Amino acid sequence: MRIQLLKLAHARSGDKGDTANVGLIALEDKYYPMLVREVTVERVKEHFRGICKGKVERFELPNLGALNFLLHESLGGGGTLSLMTDAQGKTFSTAILRMEIELPDAEAQALGLMI
Amino acid sequence: MKKSIRIAGGQGFWGDLPDAPVRQVEEGPIDYLMLDYLAEVTMSIMQKQRSRDPSAGYAKDFVGLMRQILPACIEKDIKVTANAGGVNVEGCAAAVQSVAHELGLAGKFRLGIVTGDDIMPRLDDFIARGIELRNMDTDEPLATVRDRIQSANVYLGAWPMVEALNRGARIVITGRATDTGLTLAPMIHEFGWAADDWNRLASGTIAGHIIECGAQSSGGNCQYEWRSIPNLANVGFPIIEAAPDGTFVVTKHKGTGGWVIIPSIKEQLVYEMGDPHEYLTPDCVADFTTVQLEYEGTDRVRVFGIEGRPATKFLKVSISYSAGYKAVGTLVYSWPEAYEKAQAADRILRTRLDRLGLKFDQVLTEFVGVNAVHGPLAGAASAEVPEVQLRVAVRGPNRAAVERFTKEIAPLVLTGPPGVTGFAGGRPKVEEIVAYWPALIPKEEIVPRVEIIEA
Repeated sequence: MRIQLLKLAHARSGDKGDTANVGLIALEDKYYPMLVREVTVERVKEHFRGICKGKVERFELPNLGALNFLLHESLGGGGTLSLMTDAQGKTFSTAILRMEIELPDAEAQALGLMI
Repeated sequence: MKKSIRIAGGQGFWGDLPDAPVRQVEEGPIDYLMLDYLAEVTMSIMQKQRSRDPSAGYAKDFVGLMRQILPACIEKDIKVTANAGGVNVEGCAAAVQSVAHELGLAGKFRLGIVTGDDIMPRLDDFIARGIELRNMDTDEPLATVRDRIQSANVYLGAWPMVEALNRGARIVITGRATDTGLTLAPMIHEFGWAADDWNRLASGTIAGHIIECGAQSSGGNCQYEWRSIPNLANVGFPIIEAAPDGTFVVTKHKGTGGWVIIPSIKEQLVYEMGDPHEYLTPDCVADFTTVQLEYEGTDRVRVFGIEGRPATKFLKVSISYSAGYKAVGTLVYSWPEAYEKAQAADRILRTRLDRLGLKFDQVLTEFVGVNAVHGPLAGAASAEVPEVQLRVAVRGPNRAAVERFTKEIAPLVLTGPPGVTGFAGGRPKVEEIVAYWPALIPKEEIVPRVEIIEA
């Protein structure tokens, strides 16, 4: 089944210069391994195509059930140089939750995600 | 030694809820109030204020706040750490002193003043000696913007504030100090932690990170179950209950709104996070992958297990420089074909800017209501979208060009597509851009100064 990250995670994002950071947190600890497996650097880079012009880095925080992404060259120069409404990347958090991932039905069933 | 101390976060940024620190003092027991006033470019704003008025250049709000809470702080034995001094720590301290006199509190407490963060007068010396202060993001040497620099300050850590507290200061005022240091310093002072007790220093640092954005850890901007968050109108700001072993509980005053739950703490922990293994401060390197959280009661989250490592040999420098001008113009287009009309207006505007021969480094168009924040991820706009705000922003080195741009927005109402409004604010304002230049400097170059004044 296809499922949107909105159903699996919450998030907060912020800025450091022209880099946006996106912290993606599993809504339940049991979803975390799936996020680690599916929400890869490549998938995130593809998801933010046209927004993130630089590289994407990913860090794992298993203690928090969270992944931290750094999206370089994403904020129109960053800080006061940026002309963007969201110069601080605050809404990258909700933007990542738009992503859809594909789960084997059996796994979705086991996690209680099949309705 | 106290078994625990309560450190309250009172401001998440310069301009946060004015009553929040007052309520932290009045609505329950606390031992310390920490106040973070300095965002990355705040120093340059203060520098400008000081160049017009030598007695200015600090967070004036702080002085007003002191007028409100100083009597209670003395009566209840609450100490304050604040980086309110900006580029004029002495001026800020003098203003607080005169408030103390007015309130009849002269001689009743000590003020601690931390300076030594301002390196503006030393920049040429550094550059001459090969300390290039390269931009941490772009790797360019500072020399490329030397003539446009407006302020240059080192981020000082907790230790100078610890010295001030050890010497009896009740109110500690700093210039550019790290927000985490404002929380860590009281812990070191109370519990006597050693300068190489990396795990505890990291704990205090992460406690600081959790409360440095005010209510953002106690229910504000919380995505998790946001509809269920109780009474945000009366949101309680976060409080750290720290123990000598470095563990702590995040909580808030009873009876206040918002919530302190594990998901709200997790959201704040990942905020503005870089590499979680290496959260660098002047005091230590904190490892966020070691943080453990558990519930200890309603609105009480216990934080433990934190590990840290020795601090690096560098301090971060915050330099601001003038980087041209910008302006933002907006108009609102209504149904029908709102998005199409806004796009047509944008094309007309750009054609006119071209014909005028205006040159900008960047012209950015966003359609608020369609794709301003999620860009291409927002998908195609509905043909029935009820209204769209056209938002055009320009940036460039030439003030006159940006000024000319601002005169082209309102005329679109009578000379462009129909069904438009939202120009009542008049011409957009031209804003000088003060940009941020992060760099590193060897620690041994910087000597913080601590002064104690009998108020």
